[in-house]
Amino acid sequence: MSWGLYVHVPFCLGKCAYCDFVSYPFVQAEAGRYLWALRREMELCPATGELPLTAPDTVFIGGGTPTIMPGKCLADLIRDLAARFRWPESAEVTIEANPGTIDRLKLAGLRTAGVNRLSIGMQAAYPQTLATLGRRHTYADVIESVQAARDTGFTNLNLDLIFGVPGQTLDEWRATIALACSLEPEHIAAYSLEIPEGTRLFQLVERSELEPCPEETELEMYQLLRQNLARHGYRQYEISNFARPGHKCWHNLRYWHNGNYLGLGPAAHSHFNGHRWSNHSEIERYVTALDAGEFPLAEDEQLDRRTQMAETMFMGLRLKWGVNLLAFRERFGVNASELYSGEIDRLLRLGLIEIADDHLRLTEVGLPVANIVFAEFL
Amino acid sequence: MEHTGALSAREMQEQVLDSMDLERERGITIKLRAVRIIHKAADGQEYQLNLIDTPGHVDFSYEVSRSLAACEGALLVVDASQGIEAQTLANVYLALDHNLEIIPVINKIDLPSANPDEACAELEDVIGLDGSTAIRASAKTGEGIDAILNRIVSDVPAPTGDLEAPLRALIFDSHYDAYRGVIAYIRVMEGSLREGQRIRMMAGSKEFEVAELGIFRPAPTAVQELKAGEVGFVASAIKNVKDCRVGDTITDARRSATTPLPGYRKAKPMVYCGLFPVEPGDFDRLREALDKLSLNDASLIWEPETSVALGFGFRCGFLGLLHMEIVQERLEREYGLELVTTAPSVLYRVTKLDGEIEEIQNPSQMPGAGLIEKMEEPFVKANIMMPKDFVGPVMELCQDRRGNFINMEYISTQRVLITYEMPLSEIIFDFFDRLKSSTRGYASLDYEVVGYRQADLVRLDILVANEAMDALSLIVHKDRAFHRGKAIVERLRGLIPRHMFEIPIQAAIGQRIIARESIKALRKNVLAKCYGGDISRKRKLLEKQKEGKRRMKQVGDVEIPQEAFMSVLSIGDEK
Repeated sequence: MSWGLYVHVPFCLGKCAYCDFVSYPFVQAEAGRYLWALRREMELCPATGELPLTAPDTVFIGGGTPTIMPGKCLADLIRDLAARFRWPESAEVTIEANPGTIDRLKLAGLRTAGVNRLSIGMQAAYPQTLATLGRRHTYADVIESVQAARDTGFTNLNLDLIFGVPGQTLDEWRATIALACSLEPEHIAAYSLEIPEGTRLFQLVERSELEPCPEETELEMYQLLRQNLARHGYRQYEISNFARPGHKCWHNLRYWHNGNYLGLGPAAHSHFNGHRWSNHSEIERYVTALDAGEFPLAEDEQLDRRTQMAETMFMGLRLKWGVNLLAFRERFGVNASELYSGEIDRLLRLGLIEIADDHLRLTEVGLPVANIVFAEFL
Repeated sequence: MEHTGALSAREMQEQVLDSMDLERERGITIKLRAVRIIHKAADGQEYQLNLIDTPGHVDFSYEVSRSLAACEGALLVVDASQGIEAQTLANVYLALDHNLEIIPVINKIDLPSANPDEACAELEDVIGLDGSTAIRASAKTGEGIDAILNRIVSDVPAPTGDLEAPLRALIFDSHYDAYRGVIAYIRVMEGSLREGQRIRMMAGSKEFEVAELGIFRPAPTAVQELKAGEVGFVASAIKNVKDCRVGDTITDARRSATTPLPGYRKAKPMVYCGLFPVEPGDFDRLREALDKLSLNDASLIWEPETSVALGFGFRCGFLGLLHMEIVQERLEREYGLELVTTAPSVLYRVTKLDGEIEEIQNPSQMPGAGLIEKMEEPFVKANIMMPKDFVGPVMELCQDRRGNFINMEYISTQRVLITYEMPLSEIIFDFFDRLKSSTRGYASLDYEVVGYRQADLVRLDILVANEAMDALSLIVHKDRAFHRGKAIVERLRGLIPRHMFEIPIQAAIGQRIIARESIKALRKNVLAKCYGGDISRKRKLLEKQKEGKRRMKQVGDVEIPQEAFMSVLSIGDEK
């Protein structure tokens, strides 16, 4: 059974204006406790009874900002993880990084420890937009990070972008795409900005100090993104993900295929065959639980078949080629097209989906309003 | 009750006779309640006192009048801090009509804001009662309670009914119990009633056997016999509420009285609205719930209605807005129904060119303009009491609502009573809320229907995506149609979510469009990144979206939120 390993590092330089995740400023002592607890969790986790005997074939170290940690700490952690889970050399091993937190030395250490994919949080290029987002780096830092990554032998880079930021214009976005492409990453992920409650941006919008981006502009930005990236040789394979041939992110594909993964660290989520669970998101609770020899379980959910099928549908529909209906039948023993015949008919009539080559997928019309389609399957 | 020992201090609680959650939440009485207490009077003798606690709100004055018919006297309770309220007047006149002995009581004298002297003066000036005879009391501290009980003993005439005469008992209320059938609340006027006795309903003419007799103290307590002068309840395994109508007289089946007691005029509903289940499958449950509610509420009437927009539901008639609100809330709470409510309408009277007169309680029934000779709408006489500083804003409001000024008088140096005649339709259109807000809550309102007046009325239709939404139609005065139409389409634009296509919203009179707005098509709706495989969170977001959708009504291709159907009520003032 194929599965992926996710490790969450909850530290950041500071809070971004749009982030509603639990994250902590990096403090040496706190990080020490976290790393200690993470190693405890590595030892404990077979107790979940779900962990397969096989090794993971994708590893993703995400955050937060994992690269805020000292290079040696990180490299040691990755080595310990590798020793524990024994993934093959062919495994995709990604780490998330923010510009300004990586230098050649750190990157070289990561390479040596087995990391072969780097995902850099570029988000935007223009100072005003970076400031609105509360980012703590410049476009120059991005150039430097990419250069350093290339110099240390990384051949699989992703740049994260955000569009639909208050104040961001279509022209600015066009230029941002061009600036990202000029760095020749193998992969680009671009998400439209969400402004969750409890974030600084949310407050500013509430107080009318910021005007949210109009839906029309957001849609134009999205279409522009798709066109311009295609022109630069990036193929869209998911609503927000684009890759040069051979460089799709296998770890993320696992989520969209509703596959199996084990999450370690605070707030990490796991899924094995319809069983979902997550860890405490506050470091303190996470560490305390492990200190007491307990699993840091926050939520634990055994999904019924109906929900598993719904999740498989709405996650799979995020993919450009859609849900593989044959694979669906093999997995659940029923035909999705019969099970959801009413929903599918309605969506076909609205022109939001299409069925071709045994795949059910979003159409060009459905792509920008995918939520409407997703909700039908719940 | 605590004072006379009917309830111990431990059993006593606030609003002890208001057992409905709704009554406690709103601090009002909706349903009358009877209670018997035993009072040891100053003369050392014990007296049995039968009391009925009644609602005060204008919508429920029929409950008051029914209770008054069963009584010999009435306690008129005036709040020492607020003075006489508009509805006090109406209730006093009802009591006087029944020749009842009225004992005025000034309550809440313990409040810092109490002004009992002023309240007494108002009693004299406005009602003509001798203010000096009013008992000053505080239910909270117990002050004056003995005086009230003694006054009841001394002033209210004891019942005079002949114990030996054939039985005559007035049914002044009833409720339905799933196990015991209809429970009739009765006042025995003459003769007596015993367990096992054969009884006959004089109007219904059906016979039953008394299964259970009891009194309220205030908990129902079984007794063997109810004699002339007593108040209590009787259960006779009556399964059909129609066989035991409020206002009917119970008599002995073997030794019948010759004439029934004077009954009640059935209260006529003045306000109508459509109630539709959100889930079409709940239609039967709604019918059953209405059936059960009307067992205890004879003034609620309903009949099936179908709407293009809302499907199958019921057109219901109520005594007023509060009554309507309460029925809706009870249906939703006590029966777990989710309802879509259409805007309330009054009962219009249409005279057609062919001379036929029709009563219209639903705007969609209004005949075409070409068939109408004239239209009339119910007018009310509205009495509004307020501190004198608010006279200006209140008159402005009444004038704005097509009111005709009738009278204004000072009821004290500080307070004024003004009387207007105005259309009932204007009263039910958020008048009370606006009255309260323009007087900082100090005004009180009472009204009674005084008749029908001709008016220049038109039907305003609302079209969504070029389809007329019958449930949104309303009848309005011609002069206000434009503003009202504009306000409604603007409001709907804010309420109906974006769809995959543009949705025009129009207000029309006949074929003429008088206002128009449109809802732009939905352009983008995509969930962002899923952090670290947190798919549950995504699923929950989508479920929430789906739930929101489920709570809407699908009309053609358009999904309309429930509150849209009430939106005509919540639009701002049309100026």
